[in-house]
Amino acid sequence: MTAVLEASGLGKRYGHKWALSECTLVIPAGKVVGLVGPNGAGKTTLLELSVGLLRPDAGSIAVLGGQPGTSPSQLARVGFVAQETPTYAGMSTRDRLWLGARMNPSWDEALAEARIEQLGLDSRQKAGKLSGGQRAQLALTLAVAKRPELLLLDEPVARLDPLARREFLQGLMEVVAEHGASVILSSHLVADLERVCDYLVVLVDSRVRLAGDIDELLASHHLLTGPRHDRDALPHDQQVISESHTDKQSSLVVRADDPILDPSWSVEQLDLEDLVLAYMSHEVEADRRPKLEVRS
Amino acid sequence: MIEFHLNKRSGVAPYQQIVQQVRHALRLGFLDVDDQLPTVKEVVATVAINPNTVLKAYKELEHLGLVAARPGVGTFVIRTLSDDSLAAHGPLRHDLKRWLEKARQAGLDEESIEALFRDVLWSTSAQGVA
Amino acid sequence: MIRVALRQFRTEGVIGLGLLVVFAIVLAITGPHLAHVYDAFESSCRAARDCATAPNPVLNLDKPLQGALPFVVAIAPALVGLFFGASLIARELETGTFRLAWTQSVTRRRWLAVKLGLVGVASMAIGGLLTWMADWWASPLDAVNQNRFGVANFSFHGVAPIGYAAFAFALGAAAGVLLRRTVAAMAVTGAGFVAARLAVTYWVRPHLASPVHEFLPLATASGPGFVFGEAQGTMYLNAYTQNGFHTPAIGQVALTAPLVKVPNGWVYSTTALDKAGHAPTSHYLFQTCPVIKQLSNQLAASAPNTPGAKPDAINACITKLASTIHTIVSYQPASRFWPFQWAEMGIFLAAALALCGLTYWWLRRLYA
Repeated sequence: MTAVLEASGLGKRYGHKWALSECTLVIPAGKVVGLVGPNGAGKTTLLELSVGLLRPDAGSIAVLGGQPGTSPSQLARVGFVAQETPTYAGMSTRDRLWLGARMNPSWDEALAEARIEQLGLDSRQKAGKLSGGQRAQLALTLAVAKRPELLLLDEPVARLDPLARREFLQGLMEVVAEHGASVILSSHLVADLERVCDYLVVLVDSRVRLAGDIDELLASHHLLTGPRHDRDALPHDQQVISESHTDKQSSLVVRADDPILDPSWSVEQLDLEDLVLAYMSHEVEADRRPKLEVRS
Repeated sequence: MIEFHLNKRSGVAPYQQIVQQVRHALRLGFLDVDDQLPTVKEVVATVAINPNTVLKAYKELEHLGLVAARPGVGTFVIRTLSDDSLAAHGPLRHDLKRWLEKARQAGLDEESIEALFRDVLWSTSAQGVA
Repeated sequence: MIRVALRQFRTEGVIGLGLLVVFAIVLAITGPHLAHVYDAFESSCRAARDCATAPNPVLNLDKPLQGALPFVVAIAPALVGLFFGASLIARELETGTFRLAWTQSVTRRRWLAVKLGLVGVASMAIGGLLTWMADWWASPLDAVNQNRFGVANFSFHGVAPIGYAAFAFALGAAAGVLLRRTVAAMAVTGAGFVAARLAVTYWVRPHLASPVHEFLPLATASGPGFVFGEAQGTMYLNAYTQNGFHTPAIGQVALTAPLVKVPNGWVYSTTALDKAGHAPTSHYLFQTCPVIKQLSNQLAASAPNTPGAKPDAINACITKLASTIHTIVSYQPASRFWPFQWAEMGIFLAAALALCGLTYWWLRRLYA
């Protein structure tokens, strides 16, 4: 299976500050990828590099096998919904569809109109007068109507109320089910993403901390609680991700492919949010391997 | 047509929940042979989950021999889990309701009712009655 | 992409076109009358044989419009730059809609090329049409004044304003990309445009070709005159001074050359010089014309700064000086008007193209 995104040592800086550094990722096709991290971690930077809105300062990136933003065919294969869904406020929905049709040879007018009707949007209404949820749905329609192979969404549900958020994700999943597009969507909240994502990338402080298939990640990470242990007391194939100790008790989040057999530990499964939190507090390894990748 | 729901807190994997809900429906006679399961698109449009989850669930159901996919048409039930005992469901439901009324009047809360029921269920099945 | 750019330009384009139409209507209403008055006068003065001296009444017609026209033709390119150019890219960067525009199936290069090209051409068309209409309307006045080539009038005729409009637009676009804010870009565009126009008018245009030098006798209809440096201030006797004239020291006198008018030419300067090319010294002037010393005393006693009718004594003095001193006129002949126009248009067009290149380069550098 080809990768939708391949980054190698990718970096981007503004002045002296690196917004993204040493990013190495291979994201397989056919997944709904959640890009998680606190604000300022570099999620928007990574997405904008992927779509050709930014130029890398270090390393390289290839999207669907090509350089982002370089040719009309490359641009046609990637759909993008920016944060805060910028709109031409004075343009009506109908005008906006017209714009999409003229600027994209692969535009599917029937699909766009069907979705607009399904959403119940008045095609004459100016974009500036739409509600947040409607704008998000319109932006999704516009990105989807050109039939891209990859959809990139930057914090699409951040400002939506729970109902609008649910409706947006329903619409997005419908698109994936029908057209088979790969999706990368970012959020600073894990809860937004865990319903729909099957692949996870965790970005903290401009670096990738974790990347992998969610089922495999959850299967290979465990929460160990038990009497006070030193972390070095653990066998080598059990990697400690995060730990907390009281004078009597230790809690560790551990990555291990084999089952944990030590009876002094109580072993539990983690939920996705806890897993992400464990990696957010995990210090980057001294040998500069910036992430732990679960290979499929 | 069956509608699915996702319980995030149950600790059960989403695809397993779908499998369970289908089996549940089959047992209770809500789904019968030759009934069509909702398409993947229909499922994700109501329950915002990854289409692959639905596909995985349907594959599992196929593996269990409960459903079969007809290409270009949909996924259909081929075996039911309810048996002739379905007819007995009506009166059993009725009895159960009365028992529950009694239990509540006796002051049992939901948790106690469940605990009592489970205890009796297990102890009787351990004795080979089922 | 072309139709998209047109659609986005719709509002500004319609406003610009509307203003152009209003302008055209105003000129169309008043223009023929102007031409008619001019023609009528020309035929009547020919009969009376006083065409050279009688003033043409056309000069007094529609005075407000006469004053407003150069103003409108002057600011039109600047406005074009401000409103068409500065907002072209800056608005997309400011509102974030560039994230929409650049993720469709159109490459950055094509997007920019079409937007710059389309609106650039529209700007040039507006500049050109405006000037052409103003030219047409003012042709009777130009026929009377015959001062098309002068510094003040050159910019409001011909094809140079097409270059101004293109330049202002390109400057606006470049400022928009660099500053990423529409209002700031407008301010920079306005200031930059004014600076560029002034620089070209005063530092480039005079040097586009070496002026022609012609020798004329000293005495003509208007001038020469004398300028005296006195304790109570400089005094002028029939003198017309030009830029760069050094007022003489106290007790000294200088000779000023007469004003020479070259019909539709551009006079740089007129100087009174002897055959060796030197200006006559104060000492020489007092020696040759002792009468001017007396006159200067009289002038000091009465009112200074009186250019007016010369006493006969002065005329005799001038005749005497004319044997050794003559007038040198430095000017561009009328025939060079159009080459100068094309050259100036070319300069601004080249600058506009360079700015477009800068815009593209900077955009790619900042974004991708």
